[in-house]
Amino acid sequence: MTRDTLTGSRIRERRLFLELRQAALARQVDISASYLNLIEHNRRRIGGKLLVDIAKALGVEPSMLTEGAEVALISALREAAADSGKSVAELDHADEFAGRFPGWAEVLAGEHRRVASLERTVQVLSDRLTHDPHLAASLHEVLSTAAAIRSTASILAETGELEQEWRDRFHRNLNEDSRRLAESSKSLVSFLDQSNTGSVRRGVPQEEVEAFFTAHDYHFSSIEQGQATPAGLVAAAPELQSDAARSTALNVLKQYHADAERMPLTDIGEALSGGFDPAKLASVFDSDLPQVLRRLAALPENVLGQPSGLVICDASGAVLFRKPIAGFALPRFGAACPLWPLYAALARPLVPVRRQVIQHGRHAAGFECLAIAWPQTAPDFDKDPVYRAVMLILPLAKVPDEPLAVGSSCRVCAGKDCVARREPSILDEEF
Amino acid sequence: MKMGRHVVLIEDEPNIIEAIRFLLTRDGWTVDSHSDGRDAVEVIKAADPDLVILDLMLPGKSGMEIIKDLREEEALSNLPVLMLTARGQARDRDMAEKAGVSRFMTKPFSNTEVLAAVRDLHAQANQG
Repeated sequence: MTRDTLTGSRIRERRLFLELRQAALARQVDISASYLNLIEHNRRRIGGKLLVDIAKALGVEPSMLTEGAEVALISALREAAADSGKSVAELDHADEFAGRFPGWAEVLAGEHRRVASLERTVQVLSDRLTHDPHLAASLHEVLSTAAAIRSTASILAETGELEQEWRDRFHRNLNEDSRRLAESSKSLVSFLDQSNTGSVRRGVPQEEVEAFFTAHDYHFSSIEQGQATPAGLVAAAPELQSDAARSTALNVLKQYHADAERMPLTDIGEALSGGFDPAKLASVFDSDLPQVLRRLAALPENVLGQPSGLVICDASGAVLFRKPIAGFALPRFGAACPLWPLYAALARPLVPVRRQVIQHGRHAAGFECLAIAWPQTAPDFDKDPVYRAVMLILPLAKVPDEPLAVGSSCRVCAGKDCVARREPSILDEEF
Repeated sequence: MKMGRHVVLIEDEPNIIEAIRFLLTRDGWTVDSHSDGRDAVEVIKAADPDLVILDLMLPGKSGMEIIKDLREEEALSNLPVLMLTARGQARDRDMAEKAGVSRFMTKPFSNTEVLAAVRDLHAQANQG
């Protein structure tokens, strides 16, 4: 049964909600109770003045009865069914279910939204707990100190005859440990508070740098227009609180500056109007592909014509820079998915790699990834080159037919039977 | 010939070492401690103890690596090992047990539990 044939069901639902008898409503709109009964069971179509009158009697807009409030609801029900991973025979009847039992449908959709939200939280927290060395060290410090305090306090409380020397020693230890516990707890709370508010976490340079770039939407018009220097911007950035973050941001901005000088905004905008072809851009601007990919990711969305993400890694695979893009999860810390085209490029320096990918997850979207590795150092005899790799991530309008399925990082990846898996996923173990 | 009961405590937290040393010494144990994971296996081999108490997170080498190395040594393959750790997830416990840990205890622990576990493990080893 389609949505627009459920007007009668919505009328019935609303009437029952108002605890209005069928006969009473029929009387109000000047029709017989038996005719209203046919309408309510979707056996008579309804429209025009009668619909307006019934809507008025029920205290709702006519569109609420014809379209219902359940467009989003039906979509949520379909998502819930799809995410259950099971074949739901009645999937085609989601409209009818939402129409006949809007309350229950809302409960189901609400629970599905809640589960999705909790899963996201688990993913973020697990990612942080697993890969964030600062958090792991802080927790270990707190628990170890608590263990020392508990053990020492028990000895003092439970040992009847304790020599003065031991007693003094344990009091001293308790004093030291309680101070340490206070300090480590405070720093842990501060760390978590900052994490929760999404503000800059001091002492984590990569996150400070990311907050700085996010605040500028990864585009620095003052540098493009020659009104600011990388050093000036870094010095004035409130997000960059540590020397390490300032140094990292300065290096990235210097690269940005060089890329922008090579490919000025208006020129690259014009070049892009002739079509999206990074190799051609490299030729037009006498540049190279790594520089073009970096530059493309630094363009405003209205110039590039689409959103973009970017990842740069070093030869160890460690992510040095990340510009997130919706739908393609980038791990905060630690190693990313080894199946990313970024790493395929790293294995074959100077060979451009283009792959259409999807990421395992609840709502897989398609992306085109363009990657290349290049020697960071000038060629020299008797010295091995040091490579870096860059990957531009662009959204695809639809999921490709035969995409490369990749993850974010193993810990939070739902991919099954992956040859590249390093460690089990918590999504398998506990959820 | 070995005299008395001998435990080696591999732990990097000095005040935990002090508390456990006190506790076990009172119970008749000889306690040697060591704080670095890197040479922990050599220290244990040289000491030839009746039991080992091992922290999971240690500088240089993790308790998990140490237990795996211990179990590869034929002479130490049945040595009772009590693992103390701040990581108490079921997964950590499972991994530790698979690696050959005899007993797993999460921090903060109670003295009574530690003492009971040490006595129990020692008794089981002597029965075996």
